[in-house]
Amino acid sequence: MATSERLADWRLAVVERPKTTLFGGLFVLLFLDLLFKLVGVELTVGSASLLGGSLAVGRLVTLVWNGLVVGLGIGLAGIGLSMTYSILSFANFAHGDYVTSGAFAGWAAAWLVAGFGSGAFEGNALYLATVGFGPDGPSSAVLSINVFQTPLAVFAGLVVAVLGTIVLSLVLDRIIFEPMRDQSGIAVLIASIGVALALRYLVVFVFGARNRGLTAGGAKLILASVDGKLAFADKRSTVIQAQSGDVPSGAFYTELPVVDFGSYSAELVTISSAEMTLVVVSVVLMYALHVTLQRTKLGKAMRAMADNEDLARVTGIPTERVVRATWIIGGGLAGASGYLIALERGTLAFNLGWLLLLLIFAAVILGGIGSIYGAIAGGVLIGLTNSVSLVWIPSSFSTAAAFAIMILVLVVRPDGLFGGVTTA
Amino acid sequence: MTEDGTTVEGSGETATADRSDEAETEQAVDSGESARRELDAESASLVVEDLRKSFGGIDAVDGVSFSVERGSLTGLIGPNGAGKSTTFNLITGVHEPDAGRVAFEGETLTGMRTSSIANSGLVRTFQIARELEEMTVLENLMLSPRGQSGETLTNAVLPGLRGSVRDEERELRETVWETLELFEIDHLAEERAGNLSGGQRKLLELARALMLDPTMMLLDEPFAGVNPTLEEKLLDRIHELREEGLTFLLVEHDIDLIMEHCEHVIVMHQGQVLAEGPPAEIRSNDRVIDAYLGEDV
Amino acid sequence: MSDADRDAATAPTVTDRISEEVREGDAGLIALVMFGVYALFTIFVILGPSQGIGGIVAALQAITFWTALYAMLVLALNLHWGYTGLFNIGVAGFMAVGVYTFAALTAPTGGSPPGLGLPLWAGIVGGMAVAALAGALVALPALRLRADYLAIVTVAFSEIVRLSLLSTSLEEFTLFDGLAVVPDLTLGSGAGRGISMPINPTIPVKSLYYTNPMNPASGSRTVVGNTVLPAFASIGVRETVVVSMTYTLVLIGFVVLFYVLLRRIGNSPFGRVLKAIREDELVANSLGKDTRMFKVKVFMIGCALMGLGGILWETQRGFTDPTSTTFRPLQTFYIFIALIIGGAGSNTGSVIGGALFASLLFQGPLYVSRIFSKYIPTGDAPSTFAAALGPLGSLDVTPFLAYTLQNISSLRFVLVGVVLIVLMHRRPTGLLGHRKEVASSIDLLDREPRQKPETPTAADGGGRDD
Repeated sequence: MATSERLADWRLAVVERPKTTLFGGLFVLLFLDLLFKLVGVELTVGSASLLGGSLAVGRLVTLVWNGLVVGLGIGLAGIGLSMTYSILSFANFAHGDYVTSGAFAGWAAAWLVAGFGSGAFEGNALYLATVGFGPDGPSSAVLSINVFQTPLAVFAGLVVAVLGTIVLSLVLDRIIFEPMRDQSGIAVLIASIGVALALRYLVVFVFGARNRGLTAGGAKLILASVDGKLAFADKRSTVIQAQSGDVPSGAFYTELPVVDFGSYSAELVTISSAEMTLVVVSVVLMYALHVTLQRTKLGKAMRAMADNEDLARVTGIPTERVVRATWIIGGGLAGASGYLIALERGTLAFNLGWLLLLLIFAAVILGGIGSIYGAIAGGVLIGLTNSVSLVWIPSSFSTAAAFAIMILVLVVRPDGLFGGVTTA
Repeated sequence: MTEDGTTVEGSGETATADRSDEAETEQAVDSGESARRELDAESASLVVEDLRKSFGGIDAVDGVSFSVERGSLTGLIGPNGAGKSTTFNLITGVHEPDAGRVAFEGETLTGMRTSSIANSGLVRTFQIARELEEMTVLENLMLSPRGQSGETLTNAVLPGLRGSVRDEERELRETVWETLELFEIDHLAEERAGNLSGGQRKLLELARALMLDPTMMLLDEPFAGVNPTLEEKLLDRIHELREEGLTFLLVEHDIDLIMEHCEHVIVMHQGQVLAEGPPAEIRSNDRVIDAYLGEDV
Repeated sequence: MSDADRDAATAPTVTDRISEEVREGDAGLIALVMFGVYALFTIFVILGPSQGIGGIVAALQAITFWTALYAMLVLALNLHWGYTGLFNIGVAGFMAVGVYTFAALTAPTGGSPPGLGLPLWAGIVGGMAVAALAGALVALPALRLRADYLAIVTVAFSEIVRLSLLSTSLEEFTLFDGLAVVPDLTLGSGAGRGISMPINPTIPVKSLYYTNPMNPASGSRTVVGNTVLPAFASIGVRETVVVSMTYTLVLIGFVVLFYVLLRRIGNSPFGRVLKAIREDELVANSLGKDTRMFKVKVFMIGCALMGLGGILWETQRGFTDPTSTTFRPLQTFYIFIALIIGGAGSNTGSVIGGALFASLLFQGPLYVSRIFSKYIPTGDAPSTFAAALGPLGSLDVTPFLAYTLQNISSLRFVLVGVVLIVLMHRRPTGLLGHRKEVASSIDLLDREPRQKPETPTAADGGGRDD
C-alpha cells in the first residue's frame, strides 16, 4: 500500500509539473525584485511600482542571518519529527510539546546551576526549578545567565534538556505509542494530539502560563563595512568611531582582509552570543548525527527501516531497537532545539513548541518526509522564508507566509522539494 | 528456441501480436499483417498498444501490446513481477502510462479518469479483494449501479425530490437481491463485508462489479484463496456471463485453470508479452517454459 | 407505487414517528443522556455553593447551550471525518471565516471597523457561503492528498486565517479603491481590537421580550416579556438566563436541522458513495464514482455548516476578536474529541459526544472543583507550583490541593488529552461508532414480494424508511 501511495504521489508530481514551473517563475521574479531593491532601482508604470525599490544591504543581511538562526533551530527539531514520521508512519502532533518540555527541563537545570553559582540557591530551589514561577525569587537579571558569564549553567541546561526529552519520549512511547503499533497512522496521530494537550497543560500546571525572561547580558558581535572594508566590533560606538576614521584604542575591532567595497560604510548585522551558540551547537549536533548514521550499523538499519519497514522486518533488522533509537535521537534533538531556541529568544512560555510545530511540519514536508538532511534544509528554507518575506509583506503575515509555502509544496510536490529521496 | 511462428503464422483465428523482437521482425515481412490488424480492431473489445510504465527506473511494463477479442475469455499469465497487475492498473487509469495507448470498443481510454473508464463498461476486480469493510453486502452492491439519481446532492436532500430517489432505490433493491441470489450470498446480505471469508469476498467483488452492467471485466486473480467448490461456482458464473456476451480478461496464477478455461492466453514476462495464442500452443512454447523454469508450471 | 400513495401512507404517521423516535429511536437515547447529565449537574449545583433554583436552572441552561453548540459542530465534522474520512482539523478556521464574513456583512457602515450594514439573514447566508468557498479553496488542491497531509493543510489554513485576522494590515481596508466604476468599499477585521456585531442571531430572541432588543435596558418589555420574565424571576431565575434559555432553544432547533440534513445525506445513494470513499477510494473510483466531485461537495457543505455553527456560537456575544478561543486550533481538537467520544460516523453519537464533552469534560471539572472548595477549607491557595509543593515535605497536602483546584482549568486540558489517548487505545470507534447506519433511503431488507407489488406491507415499509 505504501508503495502504491508513493507511486500515486509521484504520478501527481508529474502531472503537476506545469505548476512547479509557474512557482519557479514566481520565485525567480521575487529574486530579481530583491536584486533591484538592493541596487536601488525601481521599475514603475504610472504610480504603481512593478519591480525593485530600495533595501539596505544591512537589512537583508540581518534578515538572512535571523532566518538562518531560526531555521537551524527548526531544522534541529524537524529531524526527530521526520524520523518518527517515516519510521513509525505517523505525524506526531506532540512533537512541538516535546520541544517545550525539553526547553523547560533544560532551563530549570540552567537556573538551578546559575542560582547555585550566584549564591541565590538557598531557599529558592523550587522557585529556580520552576524557572522562576512566582513573584518572589531572584530575577533573570540577578542570575544573569549567558554563555560567557555562566557557561556551566548553559551547558548543564543543554545536557538536561537533551536527556530529559529522551526519557520523556521513551516513556511516552512505552505507555502510549507502543500499544498502538498495529493501528493506522491516523489513529496514532489522534492519540498524539491527546499527548500534546496533556503535556502542554501539565507544563502550565507546573511552570505557570506566563512568558518569562530567561537570560541577561551576553555579548554581541557587530559586522560592519567601514570604508569598504569588512570589520568586526563588539560595540556600536566602536563602529561609528571607526567609520569616522578613528578607531578607539583598547576597543575590540578587527578588520577582515577580504574584498573591498570602495567607500561603502554601513552596519551589516549584529550577532549575539546566544544566536552564535544556537548555530554552533546545532551544526555540531547535526554533524554528529550524520556521522552516527553513516558509520554505525544502527544508522544503516534506521535508514533501511525508514525506506521500507516490512522489508526491514523480513531481513531481521531488530525493529523495536530501531524505534527506540529513533525516539532517542528525535527526542534528544527536539529537547536541544527547544532549549536553544529559548536561549536565542531569551524568553520561554508553555506554547513555545505548539507555535513552532506547524513550522517544523512545514520544514519536514518541504525536505521530504523521512529525509534527515531534507529536514535540515527544509528548516533553513522555512526560517529564511519566515524572515526574508518581511521584505515584501508586513511582519504579521510572515508566519502565515511560511504556512502558505508549506501548503504550496504539499500541493505541488507532495514528496518535498528534493523529491522522494528518503532517509539520509 | 522455436519462435518460428508457433503463435503467429497461420493461427489466423485470434488476435496475435507477439511483440518479442524476433517475432516482430518476422511479422514485419509478413504482408498479411496490416490486414489482420484491421480485422483485430473490429473483433477486438480491448486493444492495448505499446504500453510502458517505469517506477523509479525499473520498467514494470515495457512495451506491452495485445488485444482481447469481443466475447472471449482471455487469460493473462506470467510469473510474479511480470507486470500483470501494473498492466491492469494502466488499463483502468489507476496509473498513467509513460507511453502507449489503450482503446476499449474503439474509444481511447488513455488519460481518462478511473471512474470514467468504469462507466464506459470496463470494470475490474482486485487481486486482494477490496471489499468496503464497514459496509454491508447489500450496501456494497447498491453502491455500484451507474447513473443513480440519488447520487446528486439535491436529489438526496430536498424533500420534493427524494420520492423518486426512493422509487429508484426500490427497483435497484430488486436487482441487488436477484444478483445476491445468483451468487448464492443472499444469506449474507446484512453482514458487514469485512466479516466475510476470503472466498465470499471474491464473490461479493464479482457481484458488485457485475452490478455496473459491464461489457468487459478485468479479473485480477479472482480465485486466489477460494476453495475448490466456490471456484467451480465462480467459473460457472463466468462462463454463463460469457455466453450472455460479456468479455473477460483474467489474470490467474493457476496455469492449468487458465489452460482449461480460456480460449486465448497471453503470457507476460519481465514487463513484456512473451507469447500469446491458444492454450495448446502456449503449453508447447519453449520460451514460456523457459520463463517459468524454477517456478511451478 | 406512486408518490401520492406513499405520502398518504406516511402522512398520518408523522407524529407517531416522533413519539416512536423518542420511545425506541435515537431521540430517546439522546434524551436519556441529557437526563443523566441534568441529574448529575443538579447534584453538582446542590452540593456546591448554595445558589437555589435559579442556580440550578442557570447551570442546566449553560450545559444545554454548550451541548447544542458542540453538537452542531461535531455533526458538521462528522460529515467530513465520520462519513467521508476527510481528516479536517481546521474547523476553527472555517468558523472564523463564517463569523468574520457575518460581521463584515452586518456591521453598521459607520462602525469601526465598518461593515455593509446588511440584515441578519444576509449575514448568515453570506457567512455560510464564504465558509463553503474557503472550503473549496482548501479542498480543490488538498483533497488529493493523503489523510495526514490534509490534516496538516487544514490546520495550517486555520492558523493562516487566525494570524491574518490578528494582523493590523487588515484592520481596515478599502476594496475597489480608485476604481471609477465600483464605489469604494471600506471593510476591516478590527485586528486585535476586534469587531462588534450589534446585529446577531440573539436579536430576534431578545425582541420576544424587549421592545428595544439592541439595548434592553433603554426600552421596555413586550407583552411576552412582561409575563414570562417575572414568572421566572419569582423562582429565582435571572432575566439573562431566561433570554439565554430561549436562545438555547433556537440552537436546539438548529441541531435538529443539522441532524436531519446529515441523516438525509447519509441515507442516500450520495451518502453511500461517501461511505465508499471513506472505506476505499480506489474501489469507489473503480465502480465509476467520480470521487473528487463528491469530496469537494461534501467538504463545502461541511464548511458551510461549520461557518453557521461559528456564527451561532460567536456572534451571540455581540463582539469577537481573533484571540477568542473559538478560533484557536485547540477548539478544533475539542470538536474532534467530542466526535471521537460519540463515535465517528454516527449522527446520534455526534450529538451525544457533544453533550458528554460539553458537560463532563468541559464544564464538569469546574463544578467539581467548586464542591471541593466548599467542603475542604484550603485557605488562600498558593499562587505557584513551588509554593504548593513546598509544604508537601511536612506532609501538608492542603496547599497542593488548593493549588490544584485553583488550576483546575489547565488540568481540564490534561484530562481532555488523557481521555483522547484512552479512547484511541481502548475504544477507537467511540460510543456509537460501531453501529450500522445503513446508507440507503429505503430499508434494503424489506423486499417487495415480486408478484404483488402493491401490498400493504410494502406501504408500511415505505413509511418507516425516512
